Amino acid sequence: MESKLQAVIEVQDLDIGYDDYVVMKDLNFSVNKGDIFIVMGVSGCGKSTLLKSLIGLKAPSRGKVLFYAKSFWDEDQTERQNMMRRFGVLYQSSALWSSLTVGENVALPLQLYTKLSYEQIQDVVALKLSLVGLEGYEDSFPSGISGGMCKRVSLARAIALDPDIIFFDEPSTGLDPINARKMDDLILELRDGLGATVVVVTHELASIFAIGNNSIFLDQTSKTMIARGDPKVLLANSKDPRVIQFLTRGRINDEQKGK
Amino acid sequence: MRTFSEKLVFDYSTPKTLLIKLSGDWKISAGFLSVNEAASQLSSHPDITQINFYVSPELKWDSGLIAFLLKLIKECGQKKIQVARDGLPQEAQKLLALALKVPEKAIAPQKEHESFFEAIGEKVLKMGDSGAAGLDFLGDIAVSLGRLITGKLYVRWDDFYLLVKRCGADSLLLVSLISLLVGMILAFVASIQLKMFGAQIYIADIVGIAMVRVLSAVMTGIIVSGRIGASFAAEIGMMQTNEEIDALKTLGVSPVEFLVIPRVLALVLMMPILTIYADLMAILGGFLISIWMFHLNPSEYLNHTQLAVKLNYVWIGLIHSFVFAVIIAVAGCLRGIECDRDAAGVGRAATSAVVTSITGLVIATAIITFICQILGV
Repeated sequence: MESKLQAVIEVQDLDIGYDDYVVMKDLNFSVNKGDIFIVMGVSGCGKSTLLKSLIGLKAPSRGKVLFYAKSFWDEDQTERQNMMRRFGVLYQSSALWSSLTVGENVALPLQLYTKLSYEQIQDVVALKLSLVGLEGYEDSFPSGISGGMCKRVSLARAIALDPDIIFFDEPSTGLDPINARKMDDLILELRDGLGATVVVVTHELASIFAIGNNSIFLDQTSKTMIARGDPKVLLANSKDPRVIQFLTRGRINDEQKGK
Repeated sequence: MRTFSEKLVFDYSTPKTLLIKLSGDWKISAGFLSVNEAASQLSSHPDITQINFYVSPELKWDSGLIAFLLKLIKECGQKKIQVARDGLPQEAQKLLALALKVPEKAIAPQKEHESFFEAIGEKVLKMGDSGAAGLDFLGDIAVSLGRLITGKLYVRWDDFYLLVKRCGADSLLLVSLISLLVGMILAFVASIQLKMFGAQIYIADIVGIAMVRVLSAVMTGIIVSGRIGASFAAEIGMMQTNEEIDALKTLGVSPVEFLVIPRVLALVLMMPILTIYADLMAILGGFLISIWMFHLNPSEYLNHTQLAVKLNYVWIGLIHSFVFAVIIAVAGCLRGIECDRDAAGVGRAATSAVVTSITGLVIATAIITFICQILGV
C-alpha cells in the first residue's frame, strides 16, 4: 500500500472523453514524490487526452485528480490557476511562441509570476538555458534553431518557475537517438536537481526503461489501464500479452508466428 | 566580515579564503540578490584565491540561489578564484554542474538590431523584389489558366463549388446591408443640394449613375477583400506554415494550380454577380429614402433611374468588378504563399493581403475612370 502522504498526484475513478465518446475509464493511480512516472500505450489510445486532464486543460467526465491531496477540478478558477503555476509542461510540438526570442520565451513566466527585476530575470533565464545546454541562444528565434533545440528551450520554459511537477508529452518524438538519449539524461538530472516529480507520456521503449520507475499501461480496446508498476518489473513479470507485446515491440507475437 | 543582508555574509577571517555564508529565503518568489555588489567586494580583496560556502540549515532555495551562484562562479572564473562547491546542498551542486557543462556553440541567427534608416532602406530595396514577385506570380497564373483552357489542369471541382459559395452566397447579407445603406446615404447627401433647386427627383440619377458605374463595385470590393482576401491569405499562409504547400510541391503539383486558380476563378465568377446585386440594393436604398423622406413619386423615381442608367454604365461597373476580383484573389493568394512560417507571419499575411487589395482597388478605379474619360463613355 502506497503511503498517502507521499502521493503528489492521485487519480481516482477517472473517466475522460469527448462529449458522449469515452476515451478512457476507471483510471486509478498515484504518482509519488520524485517518481518518473510513465503513461504508456499504443498511439491513439488516449495518453495525450489523459495528460490534458492532468494539466488542467480538459475537465474529466467523472472522477477526481488530486494534487497534494487537493482535488483540482473541485477548486474554483483562481485556485486552479495557482495550482497550474506549480506545473511545468513540455508539449509534443514544443509550442514555443514564435514571435518571441528564445530568451523571451523562457522569461515570460518569470515576468508574469515573479517580482524579479529585469536583470535578475535575465540571470534566471541564463541559468535555465544553461541547464538544457543552450546558453547563449537567448536572442535566437525559434524558427532559427533545430527541432531538438526547440524541445530543450520548451523544457527550459517549463522549468522557469521551478515547478513541483513536470509533465512531458512525447519528449523524444522527432529526435534522433543521440538527442533522445540526451533528453532522457536531462529529465533524470533535472528531477534530481530540482527535486521535481516527473510524468512522461511516451511510447518510446528506450526512454521507458531508461528513466521510468513507475508506470501505467493504457489499453485501447478495454478503454482502461491494464497494468501498473515499474516498467522493468512489468516486462519481467507481466502475464498480459498486450503489455508484453508492447514492451517487447511485438517480438513475442513474431516468435509465435515463427512456430 | 561584510553583511549584505541577513541572507548573505562574507567572512574574511581565514587568510586568502572567503567564506560565504548563505541563509534565509533565496527562492525566486522572494527575490534574490544582485551579484554585482558581491563582485565589487571581491575586487576590493585581490588577495582572495579560494571561496568556500557555509549553508545554514534553515536555508530555503530554488533556482533563485542557483542563478546567483552561477553568475558568481563565472565572475570568479574570470578573476581566477577557486570556488569549492562542496559546502552547498547536494541538489544545488548537481544543478550547478549541469548548468556549467560546456554549452553548444551558438551558430543560429540572432536577432539583429537595425537602425531606423537601415530599416527604411531595407524596405525600399525589398519593394522592387515584391513587385517582381507579384509579376512572377501573375505569370504563373496566366500559364496555369492556359493549361486549364487546354484541359491539362487538374481542378478539384468540389473545392471550387465550396469556394464559389464562400465568395458569393456567404457574402450576400453583408453586401445587402452595406449597399442599401450607401444608397440611402448618397440619396441624403444629394438631396441637400438638389432641394435648393427643387430638383430632388435627380436623386434617382445620382444614386443610379454613381452606384452602377463605380461605387457598388468599390464597396463590394472592400467587403470582399476584408472577408475573402484576408481569409485566402490566412488559409494559404497556415498551409505554408504546416508544410502542406511543400507536400504539394514534392508531389509535383504546382500550388498555383491547386490552390490559387480555383480561388481566382471563384472570385472572378462571383464578384460581378455580387456587384449587380449591390447595384439593385443601392437603388432600392435611394428609392426608399426618396419615397419616405422626400415624398417623391415612386414610378417617377424608377423612370428617372431607368433613363439615367445606361447599359454602358453597367458594363463599366462589371469591368471594375472583374479587375477588383483579380486583384483581391491574387493579393490574397500571393501574400499567403509568401507567408513567414510562424503564427505572427499568418497575421501579417492577412493584413498585408487586405492592404494590398484595397490599395490596388483604388489605383485600378482611378485608372479605369481615366480611361473612360478619354474614351468618352
